[in-house]
Formats: sequence, C-alpha cells, structure tokens
Amino acid sequence: MATRTVESNVMVADSATSAPERRRLNLGRIGAWAALVVLILSTLFPFYWMVRTAFSTSNALFSDPASLLPVDFTFGAFKRVLGLSTTEEARAQGGSGASVDFLLYLRNSMIFAIVATAGQVFFSALAAYAFARLKWPGRNIVFTLFLTALMVPPIFTALPNFILMRSLGFINTFPGLILPYFFMTPFAIFFLRQFFLGISTEIEEAARLDGAGHVRIFFQIILPMSAAPIVTLSILTFINMWNEYLWPLLIGNNEGTRVLTVALGVFRTQTPAGSPDWAGLMAATLVAALPLLIIFLLFAKRVVNNIGFSGMK
Amino acid sequence: MTAESVDVAAAATKPGAPRAGVPGNGLHGTDRPPGRSDLGMALLFILPALVGFLVFYLYPSIRGFYFSLTKYSLLGTPTFIGLDNYTRLFQDPLFWNALWVTVQYVLYNIGFQTILAIGIAVLMQRLTHSTVVRAIILLPFLISNVIAAMLWFWLLDYQIGLVNEFISFLGLNRIAFFGDATTAIPTIAWVNIWRHMGYTALLVFAGLQTIPNYVYEAAAVDGSTEWKSFWRITMPLLRPILALVLVITVTGSFQIFDTVAVTTRGGPVNASRVIQYYIVQKGFQQNEFGYASAISVILFIILASVAIFQLKVLRAGESDLA
Repeated sequence: MATRTVESNVMVADSATSAPERRRLNLGRIGAWAALVVLILSTLFPFYWMVRTAFSTSNALFSDPASLLPVDFTFGAFKRVLGLSTTEEARAQGGSGASVDFLLYLRNSMIFAIVATAGQVFFSALAAYAFARLKWPGRNIVFTLFLTALMVPPIFTALPNFILMRSLGFINTFPGLILPYFFMTPFAIFFLRQFFLGISTEIEEAARLDGAGHVRIFFQIILPMSAAPIVTLSILTFINMWNEYLWPLLIGNNEGTRVLTVALGVFRTQTPAGSPDWAGLMAATLVAALPLLIIFLLFAKRVVNNIGFSGMK
Repeated sequence: MTAESVDVAAAATKPGAPRAGVPGNGLHGTDRPPGRSDLGMALLFILPALVGFLVFYLYPSIRGFYFSLTKYSLLGTPTFIGLDNYTRLFQDPLFWNALWVTVQYVLYNIGFQTILAIGIAVLMQRLTHSTVVRAIILLPFLISNVIAAMLWFWLLDYQIGLVNEFISFLGLNRIAFFGDATTAIPTIAWVNIWRHMGYTALLVFAGLQTIPNYVYEAAAVDGSTEWKSFWRITMPLLRPILALVLVITVTGSFQIFDTVAVTTRGGPVNASRVIQYYIVQKGFQQNEFGYASAISVILFIILASVAIFQLKVLRAGESDLA
C-alpha cells in the first residue's frame, strides 16, 4: 500500500512537470535502479563465491583462481570438514590432514543456541509479565536497573564470569557456555514488556472474574496472544546465539563443546603448506551458515518486517 | 494460599488502568490500599530473570571493578594494589595504540556505513518496498562476524583471492589487504561495513516510514526538488532515528573483536590490535587479569560517555515533527 502511494506521488509530480524535467527524472530513476542492482549483486556475489569455492578442489584453485565455476568439481571439501574422509584423501586434495568434525561442532552449536534461546525467551517473558501486569513496590526501579545492564559491554562481564565458571568447574561444559544467556537479557524483557503492555486487559479481567490466577492468565491468555512477537524474538535470539564468538572462545575449547564459530577460527589456522585449505574453509563456513540461511528462508518476512526500533519512540 | 488471595484482590493490570470488579477501590486503580500488591506473585515471575541479572550482570560488574584494582594472574588469588593498573595503563604505549587503532576503525566503519545505509534506505524508499529486496540486503547480517571475516579473507587473499586476481588483471599491483599495516584496519572495517550496512539501512528505512507523505507533497507543490527535499526534510526529520542508529553502531564498533581474532590477530605488528583484542590478550594469554579488567573498565567508561554524549547532542527521542 505504501508503495502505491509513493508511486502515485511520483506520477503526479511527473505529469505536472515539463518534458525535459521528466526525462531527467527518468534518468535519475534508471541510475537509482542501477545502484540498487549493484548493491544486491555485491551482497549476493560473495555468497556465490563461497559455494563455488566449497565445491572446488583446494589444490586446483591455484591453476584457475578466477574461474566462475568450481575448479575441478568435488564434494571432497565437505567430506573432509565433516570428518568423512581419510587423512590421505584429505591431504591429497589440499586439506591439512588434522582431524576436524564439523558435524560435532554443528551439534554443539545447536545445543548451545537452542537451550540458551529457550531459557532466555521463556524467563524473560515471565519477568516481562511481572513488569507489565503486576503491581509491586520497586517495580520501576528494578526495571530501570535491568535496562542499565544494556549499557554494560559484554567483555566487561565476560572476564569475571569466566572466573566464576572456572571456580564452578564449568569450563568446557555446556552449563558454562549457556548459563550467562539462560535467564534473561535486558533487551528480551524490554521487547516483551512493551508488547504485553499493548494487549487489551479486557480478556484478562473477564478471566479473573472467573477465578483465574496470574499463572493461568500468563499461560492461557498472554502467551498464546503473544505468539507472534515471541517467535520473532526467538528467531533473533537464536541468530545472535548462533553467531556468538567471544564467550564460547573463552569457555568451550575442547571437541565436545566447541561451537562452529570457534571451530572455524581453529580450522583457519591449520594451514597446510603455508596457505589455508580454502575449499575446506569455504565448505566449513557453508556448513556453519546453512542452518541460519534455512531459518531465514522460512521466516524472512517476519524478520525483515521486525527490523526497526520496536517499542522505542 | 496467600499469594492466590492477594492475587484475586489485586485486579489492577496496567499501571493507572481503572480496575473493574473490585468494590470499594474506586475507579482509579492507582490509590490501592497499602500491602495489597502482587509482590509474592511478582517475585515468582521475576525470580529466574532476577537470578540471571544478579549472578551474570550485577555481580560480575562489581567484581570487574574490583579486579581492576588488583594484581591477578589467573593462577593465584587477586592482591589489592589500588590504582596501580590505571597509572600503568596511562603510560602503556600499547594501550594508547590499541585505543587509537580502535578509534580509526570506528571512524572508517561508522563514516562509510552510515552514508551507505542512508543511501540504501532512501533508494528502497523511492524504488521498492519489496520484502525480497529487503531480505537480500539483510542477508550478510545473518551470518556471523567470523563467517563474514573468513569469506573476505578468502576474497581478498594476496595470491589467489578474486579481488587481487581482478586487480592484477587491470595491470595493477596486488594488495596485501589484511597483511599490510596501512590497509589492515580499513579492510577489517570493510568486512563489517559489508555485514552491517543492510541492517543499518533497514533501521533507517523504518525511520523513513515515520515521515508523513504530506510533507513531501507540500514541498513538491512549492517546487522543491528531490535533492532539496532530502536535505531539508528527510535528514532533519530522520535525526532522532539516526541518533539511535549511531548510538547502537558506534558503541558496537568500539567492541570490534571477532573479525580481528580470526584474521589478522592484531597484526601486522600492532596495526590492528584493537582494544578488545588487547584485553583478551592481556587477560588470557599474558595472565594479567587485573590489568585486563582495568582496560575493560576504561572501555566501559568510553562507551557510556560516547552514548550519553550522542544522545544529548543529537537529541534522540525528540522529534522535530510536532
């Protein structure tokens, strides 16, 4: 609808102006479209290059570095990073021969991102309900205090949190990875509180007259009515968790807890013969990016339409 | 249960909303009798988040300040040394270098990213509101910093990277993008501009939607050109949104770490050792945890000042559209 109004405005302005001006306007529009196309290409082409390289043979890349198609097409790089090929096969194609198992790192990333997201969104929703709907002394002070946590840079709390996890014996464990994200983030509480405040209280009041308590109202009225923003928040949180690097780098450094981002960093330093195993590296990045790309394909509209300052005025 | 009975009595929901169905309380819910709050219930709802806040935000924040006043090698116990870390820090050339490198990165990153993002947002506003186009533009933001870094590390490789192949095809000298002291920071900035410009553009785009059409129509009637309208209408009315965008992107940029950690690792020499990378190096590789904490306190103070300064100067949240 908004598109149409803009179009019609342009057309009105168009017909109202004289011929030379209209031509200039059209030239401007062509230029603008060209800029947009260049932009889209520069966004998409690196992704194509990633795919093209992942299906190439690493050793053969040197012979034809600018080829638009995979050089010496093979699934070898994927087999190699998923730990499915032998050391000799891997070496022959330009791999380092060091054992890598991106299936395992994929599993680790899944556990980390899913558990952290589930806990964070659920507990933040509970808290948001208390801030939006319950009356209690100190509510606004506690809420403001929670919000100030937004100002604290992650590195500042990461150092002492690392010490805490070490004294709890949680280094190289999933609890160590997940716990700091599990209970809340200021943003999640803020986001959900803002939405809960916008829900009409009439249904709740009717439910209360029928004797429903806050627990029932939360689970049977508020949660179902907020399904859409909760799904959106979950997707955004999952993406953030999936891409997290610093904390997993500090905490998860054995095979059993290494997540994809950390594993990619390690893989990149294993350089056979001075130059990285490019095909392997690109296959690994593709494996790491694929789950997010799939989620994005499924939920693109929801994610795209929710970029903005939700709730901020 | 007491909690349940309190709960039934307190029918008020939204702050200030009139409570229906509770006799004797009047129509205005704010004048509730003392003691009749949902405190018990609220504690129950807020408990997990409160635990998370106290254990993983408040406690480490206090502890971080304390560590910054100690000598702590990670192996032993922290010993209190007062402000020694801070006096040392101000004489540490590597700290000042890290700060300077980070500021350079922020300037490159924010300068180009903001201009590109405004350009993209205006293009989309003018040409297409298509979800597909917006989704494509957002795509790089979805992949992690690490993946974006790997991808460009490959594209910009000195020997067989596509960009250098093109440069040498044009008959020019190959460029060691990540490997040269003069290009390392601009290159790292580019990787992050590429990843974030679409996202920032969508934030600006959302801001553009708040500018009503009649303003442009009125301007067009008065003979304003698109160019004039952009500078006289769009930019001033976009200011509050732009201020918030800048606060987010500037504070985010100061914390650059991932890209450096997986590509240059601070090099060549000190050319890309940004402040957060220096903190991690000091704390975890050189076992100077107290010193690392002191640097992170400084980073915290810088970020808070920058955010407050920007919000004040750019008057975020106050629209000129009255």
